Amino acid sequence: MSAIAKSNAHSIVEASPRAKAIAGTIVILYAVISILPLLWIVATAFKSQSDAIAYPPKVFFQPTLEGYVNLFTMRTRQTPDFIAKLPPPTTWYDKLVRQHDMVIAGPSKVVPRFINSLIIGFGSTFLAVFLGTLAAYAFSRFRIPLADDLLFFILSTRMMPPVAVAIPIYLMYRQLNLTDTRLGMILLYTAVNVSLAVWLLKGFIDEIPREYEEAALVDGYTRLQALRKVVLPQAVTGIAATAIFCLIFSWNEYAFAVLLTSGEAQTMPPFIPFIIGEGGQDWPAVAAATTLFVMPIVLFTVLLRKHLLRGITFGAVRK
Amino acid sequence: MVDIRVENLRKSFDQFTAVQGSNFRIPDGTFFAMLGPSGCGKTTTLRMIAGLELPTEGRILLDGEDVTFHRAAARDIAFVFQLFALYPHMNVAQNIGFPLKCASMSRREIRERVAETARLLRIEHLLSSRTSKLSGGDRQRVALGRAIVRRPKAFLMDEPLGALDAEFRHLMCSELRDLHDRINATTIYVTHDQIEAMSMADTIAIMNRGRIEQIGSPQEIYDRPASLFVADFIGSPPMNFLKFDAGLKSGDQAIDFHATRIAVPEIHEARATGPLVLGVRPEHIGFAEDAPVRGRVFGAEYLGTTQIVTVDTPYGRVAARLPSHLKVAIGEAVGLNFRCERLALFDAVSGAAIRTASFGATAHD
Repeated sequence: MSAIAKSNAHSIVEASPRAKAIAGTIVILYAVISILPLLWIVATAFKSQSDAIAYPPKVFFQPTLEGYVNLFTMRTRQTPDFIAKLPPPTTWYDKLVRQHDMVIAGPSKVVPRFINSLIIGFGSTFLAVFLGTLAAYAFSRFRIPLADDLLFFILSTRMMPPVAVAIPIYLMYRQLNLTDTRLGMILLYTAVNVSLAVWLLKGFIDEIPREYEEAALVDGYTRLQALRKVVLPQAVTGIAATAIFCLIFSWNEYAFAVLLTSGEAQTMPPFIPFIIGEGGQDWPAVAAATTLFVMPIVLFTVLLRKHLLRGITFGAVRK
Repeated sequence: MVDIRVENLRKSFDQFTAVQGSNFRIPDGTFFAMLGPSGCGKTTTLRMIAGLELPTEGRILLDGEDVTFHRAAARDIAFVFQLFALYPHMNVAQNIGFPLKCASMSRREIRERVAETARLLRIEHLLSSRTSKLSGGDRQRVALGRAIVRRPKAFLMDEPLGALDAEFRHLMCSELRDLHDRINATTIYVTHDQIEAMSMADTIAIMNRGRIEQIGSPQEIYDRPASLFVADFIGSPPMNFLKFDAGLKSGDQAIDFHATRIAVPEIHEARATGPLVLGVRPEHIGFAEDAPVRGRVFGAEYLGTTQIVTVDTPYGRVAARLPSHLKVAIGEAVGLNFRCERLALFDAVSGAAIRTASFGATAHD
């Protein structure tokens, strides 16, 4: 672009410098407001008990790993005499705990809870996206009797908050022995997510021209092969976007998790608020758990962000 | 390498009938064009032959074998789509080789066949490119490559040049015909562009509202249109139609056209007095002082070697193709002389051509 064209300030395609500056400021402001609570949580995880609840809040503090150690361990308080008689601590976390007149009694339940969250979150996401893709493909490509009614019916499962059916589901699960099982939670989250998946993916698949599959069909492939080799590679953007939405829901779900899980299949959301330390909530440990809890979603989103961005704007422009 | 026969083919979608009882036979090695306005059922017919659509009624036979309800994959037919349908997630070589992968061919064999096809289409230098980087013409060549690599029995093409710009279209027309002659497979080519159909096809089927109006060579279609629709659809500017009422006797050599008589090819069909249409191609009109049909010049379009002169006559506006050196003044009174042996007569009600010495052909034979 020549200098003359640039100096002709009013362009309909390029924003003016002032507009850009305003837009930039708004975006930065929004980012700061959204990220600040997260940063506070990450910081709190490195505070000591007293720093965490200090008033006025402390922005600068002596960092410690107490929060993380407390999160991963169960501890018992002992007399100083008893601790003095013990052999010297072998690890840095033993030492850290003993400073507070405590000894480590064993691992806490955070690791199994985290594993539950991973299995249930990713399991239900996979199932919802898998079933959703098949259903969306069928709705998009075949003449299905009452297709519109069926789609509306599928959507209607999202018209109330899922918790509204908590009691019937609780009773049903008790009958089926599904309470407090990973399978039960996976099925439940899949059921909630599958409607979202069908609707999102139908939009994406509608955008993929039929000619691609038809070309494959004529060239000797079966419909299933055509779906796998031609449609799915092109729907990858939509599938990624859908997977993120599904994962976020099942990862963060709290109400059903509280109601239906207590031991075996408990996920992180109901576990975190009940991390109790001495004399109440152990805030640094809670913050540490929260930090670890958001990591997989952040990682998943960052990995798929290229697809996600394209996915959200997909279909907006006719190619 | 296949003889395609279509019998009583019908296709209805809910209320709408897209194809109403088509019958035709395409001999082995023919370049067969289906020509018609959009929505006339030509694409639906093609899709039924390919197996992408199931007919409501009728049969499709390939080399005498009934394939009406066979899967598309089992018919060994290649289809070229208007928008190419190149897989965006594969490069050119992968696109061309895709049909072979399904036939569980060895990788070396696939590579050889792809290279051979690319050579045939002169796109060897593009094999490792992404399809999104290609020009329209090259995309079309890749789509053709994907069709011919499998050496199918027949090629079905659905407006393959529709998405190209005019310049490329012309080039691809001759390339397509050349390709057809070299591999000599039966080709069905669907288009709404009469120039494409006329310039490439051995046989043309003209379709209108789900019916085949006429099947014939380009010359037959142009010189002996079987109906008013065909006469109007083919040719640019189209045939002039002059309405009149008269009766016809078999053996007549002239007709009563309003107050005058006009010589026509010998009539082979007797008719009671009724509304008729006289059809005259623009290039069969000349100016003559003593001509019975007179009018005033309305306008002239200069086209280089010829010009199209429109003349307002009492029977409607008539377009004449005249040599461009002829001086024509707007508003000038002129007489129109028709080349009698090339005139056509149509029944104004049914639209069917009336049999004469030069228009002996009837529709559907």
